[in-house]
Amino acid sequence: MPSRTAPAAASSPPGTPDSPGTPGTPGTPALAKDGRAAERSLGRRLLARPEIGALIAAVAVYAFFFSVAPAFREASSLATVLYQASVMGIMAIPVALLMIGGEFDLSAGVAVTSSALMTAILSFQLSLNVWTGVVVALVFSLAVGAFNGYLLIRTGLPSFLITLGSFLVLQGANLAVTKIFTGNVASDSISDMDGFDQAKALFASEIGIGGVDVKVTVLWWLLFAAAATWLLLRTRFGNWIFAVGGSEDSARAVGVPVTFTKVALFMGVGAGAWFVGMHLLFSFNTVQSGEGVGNEFLYIIAAVIGGCLLTGGYGSAVGPVIGAFIFGMVSQGIVYANWNPDWFKAFLGVMLLLAALVNLWVRRQATRR
Amino acid sequence: MDRTFLPCSRRFAPAVAAAAAAALLVAGCSSGSGGKKAAEGTADAPAGKAGTPRMKVAMITHGGPGDTFWDLIRKGAQTAAAKDNIELVYSSDPNAATQANLIQNAIDQKVDGIAITLAKPDAVKSAVAKARQAGIPVVGFNSGLSEWKDQGLLEFFGQDESVAGEAFGEKLNALGAKRAVCVIHEQGNVGLEARCAGVKKTFKGATENLYVNGTDMPSVKSTIAAKLKQDGSIDHVVTLGAPFALTAVQSVADAGGKAKVATFDLNKDLVNAVKAGDVRFAVDQQPYLQGYLAVDSLWLYRTNGNVSGGGQEPVLTGPAFVDKENVDAVATFAAKGTR
Repeated sequence: MPSRTAPAAASSPPGTPDSPGTPGTPGTPALAKDGRAAERSLGRRLLARPEIGALIAAVAVYAFFFSVAPAFREASSLATVLYQASVMGIMAIPVALLMIGGEFDLSAGVAVTSSALMTAILSFQLSLNVWTGVVVALVFSLAVGAFNGYLLIRTGLPSFLITLGSFLVLQGANLAVTKIFTGNVASDSISDMDGFDQAKALFASEIGIGGVDVKVTVLWWLLFAAAATWLLLRTRFGNWIFAVGGSEDSARAVGVPVTFTKVALFMGVGAGAWFVGMHLLFSFNTVQSGEGVGNEFLYIIAAVIGGCLLTGGYGSAVGPVIGAFIFGMVSQGIVYANWNPDWFKAFLGVMLLLAALVNLWVRRQATRR
Repeated sequence: MDRTFLPCSRRFAPAVAAAAAAALLVAGCSSGSGGKKAAEGTADAPAGKAGTPRMKVAMITHGGPGDTFWDLIRKGAQTAAAKDNIELVYSSDPNAATQANLIQNAIDQKVDGIAITLAKPDAVKSAVAKARQAGIPVVGFNSGLSEWKDQGLLEFFGQDESVAGEAFGEKLNALGAKRAVCVIHEQGNVGLEARCAGVKKTFKGATENLYVNGTDMPSVKSTIAAKLKQDGSIDHVVTLGAPFALTAVQSVADAGGKAKVATFDLNKDLVNAVKAGDVRFAVDQQPYLQGYLAVDSLWLYRTNGNVSGGGQEPVLTGPAFVDKENVDAVATFAAKGTR
């Protein structure tokens, strides 16, 4: 029976949620030296939310593109931006949770491609109903996540190194395995197989909302964000995530199951990779084995813009949603405004730095005595 | 005025002025040969301008940023756009899903025409269908020779990679090559694989593929050199892009072998290498022409209903061989950075 006390308060910054049943703000307001009032003003409490800086940035970016690019104002353009953001954002959520838990996953980008290839090749080669492939791919993706987590716990090596290894292994395996089975560098099309249409409806359909086609991934993305927020703020597991990210040793000392938490977080990234992989497969019928490389950094960028700290122990599930939305706005907005796309990466880098600085400033404001 | 730069405020003017002053200072210690001075007067071909109404055309490619080849395509497209009074929206992304999204982006902008590369035809299928539903004419270029008709594109400009590869193999036979290595600089790229497969098909000698990491030139250089050292019987190195051919020349020198280099695609420096005899020949698919024709054809379709190839046959822009015999004719244009 684990205790219901909030994890080591010394290591938890303001804004860390309390487990249900523990009243009061984090920290120890009982000390006379602490000048903070027990009841902080609403503004202060808002500022203490990890995603508030990103929200300010998102509003600014939206207003900016709204004013410079007429095409950006159309509802259909917003649907395009949201779609781009959702494909990245679905992955950014578990990646952000993992970062709050104090770890990285560099294999997240190619894991998406691996999962999609698994389904495509298995279904095609054995002429199975595609749902079989979908389920096997889920098991595979979870296993990759579990393997990463297990290796991390057993070896004590930094997750940066371990997942760099699995990233390279997966990247090579994607290409080699695809080539063995198809003689080609892309998987065979599975669009005429049993179950494809049902799977497409689930993972890659479009829904008409007010005369605009919105991709179903946008809805999934928001649903997953809501679920992750509930998990993080309203469950014991959420507390464990903050605890292991804040200080692993303190967490272990107060009875938090560190191994379980970290392995589960890596498996969460696996589940996200599976979902996005399925979406790509069922919207495009085939998978290119070389894709996905480099996307792992985009997920991390979305989480960082959304207010997650690289050191762990701080962040939210709403943050990466806003971070991915900013990324989608910038990447499509540059095209809507017809700017020179050569500048895209430079612009993205500036955005990232600005977002990180805004986050830092907001956090300073929130923790000012 | 359709030069696209980031909107620049007056606040940058002093900074620009300071930079200009610094440039003037540097000019004091100038070089007597080469440099920009020697290259001046080699601007793009001067052209008139059509009096037709303003149009907006989107060009969406799968090229990576900073690639010399795609830069030529873009230059061709820009020349045609300037002539035809067209506002060109150029965007590119190697990732299939993003490319499909960029097509959707063009539809949102209600452009008058779209030019796309079908490197990953399945991925852009639904986006292309959407464009056609919206009544936007779509033309294909560079890649997708076998798919453009199925997807209902109006016309296609490019070269067949397998055919180019086969022609390459024939040329190697004519040169008496016995053993070749085909350097693929991007693992998982269908077009590159097709080229090497084409070479393999017609080449009478033995050939094998060598995979290198194209984003890291030093490793390309050492990988090729290691291969040449390991197998001394290789007499021809086949590269699939101009920058890699120039690197392969260095690898051959490092390995101290007798191997010759031949390549697909051209750029400015490669023409000089052909002149100097470092590279035996290059297969040119004329990217400038591909970009130019793709944009120009949309203008023709909009203003006069013309369809090149009648929607039945592709318009081929290659393979054109560049070797010591005809390199001088190409050199002047290559020096301007348009071939």
